[in-house]
Amino acid sequence: MGQIQLNQVSKSFGSVEVIPPLDLTIEDGEFVVFVGPSGCGKSTLLRLIAGLEDVTDGHVMIDGDDATDIVPAKRGLAMVFQSYALYPHMSVRKNIAFPLRMAGLDKSEQDRRVTEAARVLNLTDYLERRPGQLSGGQRQRVAIGRAIVREPEAFLFDEPLSNLDAALRVGMRLEISELHKRLATTMIYVTHDQVEAMTMADKIVVLQAGVIEQVGSPLELYQRPRNTFVAGFIGSPKMNLIGGSEAAKHDAATIGIRPEHIEISEGPGAWEGTVGVSEHLGSDTFFHVQTAASSEPITVRAQGELGLRYGQKVYLSPSMEHLHRFDSKGLRIE
Amino acid sequence: MISPSVILLLGWMIIPLSLTIYFSFLRYNLITPTGNPFVGWENYYWFLTDPSFKAAMINTLVMVGGILLITVIGGIGFALLLDRPMWGQGIIRIMVIAPFFVMPTVSALVWKNMFMNPVNGIFGRIATGLGFEPIDFMGQIPLLSIVLIVSWMWLPFATLILFTAMQSLDQEQLEAAEMDGAGWTSRFIFIVLPHLARAITVVILIQTIFLLSIFAEILVTTNGGPGTASTNLTYLIYVSSLLQFDVGMGSAGGVIAIILANIVAIFLMRMIGKNLDA
Ligand SMILES: Nc1ncnc2c1ncn2[C@@H]1O[C@H](COP(=O)(O)OP(=O)(O)OP(=O)(O)O)[C@@H](O)[C@H]1O
Ligand SMILES: [Mg+2]
Repeated sequence: MGQIQLNQVSKSFGSVEVIPPLDLTIEDGEFVVFVGPSGCGKSTLLRLIAGLEDVTDGHVMIDGDDATDIVPAKRGLAMVFQSYALYPHMSVRKNIAFPLRMAGLDKSEQDRRVTEAARVLNLTDYLERRPGQLSGGQRQRVAIGRAIVREPEAFLFDEPLSNLDAALRVGMRLEISELHKRLATTMIYVTHDQVEAMTMADKIVVLQAGVIEQVGSPLELYQRPRNTFVAGFIGSPKMNLIGGSEAAKHDAATIGIRPEHIEISEGPGAWEGTVGVSEHLGSDTFFHVQTAASSEPITVRAQGELGLRYGQKVYLSPSMEHLHRFDSKGLRIE
Repeated sequence: MISPSVILLLGWMIIPLSLTIYFSFLRYNLITPTGNPFVGWENYYWFLTDPSFKAAMINTLVMVGGILLITVIGGIGFALLLDRPMWGQGIIRIMVIAPFFVMPTVSALVWKNMFMNPVNGIFGRIATGLGFEPIDFMGQIPLLSIVLIVSWMWLPFATLILFTAMQSLDQEQLEAAEMDGAGWTSRFIFIVLPHLARAITVVILIQTIFLLSIFAEILVTTNGGPGTASTNLTYLIYVSSLLQFDVGMGSAGGVIAIILANIVAIFLMRMIGKNLDA
């Protein structure tokens, strides 16, 4: 079991309220991702759940029991830190065995669990090394190993992949997802990379300045963002948000249209514009098109190569069924 | 291009060293100016078989060992205290460092006369006030008194080095250990102490080099006495060469001290080498 519930939890550092009171329920076995811009309070929220930070007000419930005053070690949660926080003077084996040793498990049981974790994480050949003699990805796996041997109720990850290079990040992303499928344990994962959020999560929690902007499955957030912040934050490249008279035509203060829902052609279309910078990814091309409809250039995603040149005149046709409308407060209009 | 500086350095070391070695093989007493005949190992023989040599060796070891023990343990304690946020942090930190800036002779005299004097000293007054017999620190426990005084002077150094090391400890490691179920003691033993190991060895090495040659503190407090109760090797050399005017004997003592210091240094270097590798 690993159900976690936050009831009116808030956190202030001195007089600065970093997290205003919020409610959140994380179901057992769920993979929940906290996303949001830097400094929005993701790590703080995670540390409140872990117990490394005391709540200013409210209650943290784990499996229905109030855990607010329980010390971190007794909450049954394991955490993987951004810096991995491995113990530099201990071998990989000792690092992974440390929580078991602290729990007073007997030696043979410790060995059995460490061997098993090392096998799962491909660390068997590195057990006698020190963390300093490992690559970034291997260190990451040791940190995960140290978390899984405890067989916790839930895993907490704080930006675990941000120190890895892009290729390794994709690999580790898959490994963590696979681990979640196999263990079926609750995982809470903090990131500011929305691709990680979209690909890994069962449920995404979008935060801004300590406030939950929206909670939902990746597709819900993609298809029906609750407000302009979520609309702009989820999806890559970003959704085009257009205000002014163009939005007024649709009875909205702001309209949003994702780059993949706009067609670009040399023939006639809704908006006329000139091609600015284009980014060629091979499979896709992103065009930044300057139009009269919007002060910002509109990003368009087209499949393959279209052979459009810089400065060329083009027409854009947004697909009307994918148009998002927001009112003057930035909230979605259905 | 490094040769001039190397030659200068070598000369700087070699000339006094070879003179000392040379004198150590002569009968060279300032009171009996009968020429300085070559006497071979005689000076060494008499220096080493003198009962005060054995006493001085033991005293040196006790002094260095005792002071190291007090300063390292005390330094870790102070570093732990200073590391946590508290009121008046800046001032407290400066106060802890302050004794290091007092000259050895001055602080030894202050301790001797204002604290440890059985009649006028604060400790004596307190003891008398409470109805106890005051302790005559310099007479009854001279070695321990010197250990205390010198420890007081070196504690700031140990604290400073260990405190700096403590501050470089990654907080996330401590938090990870906390999550892993390590209590305060386990965190100290498994995380903090290993992290401090390098700094502790540095403190031990540097202090040992200086503590082997404690002199001023002994000269102004106990004069090595009563008897040889607080005479260390350095002080013994001073006694034989300058109080007994036996330059040959003093030089032999000096050479022995150099050899001993080198043995200690090699031993410590190995220890540090092992610690720095890790
Ligand atoms: N110990 C602290 N004392 C005071 N303010 C703090 C403390 N820890 C965090 N804050 C503040 O709380 C806010 C949220 O910090 P937090 O570390 O949770 O952000 P984050 O969302 O994890 O950001 P990032 O993506 O950069 O890691 C920040 O504005 C930060 O300055
Ligand atoms: Mg963070």
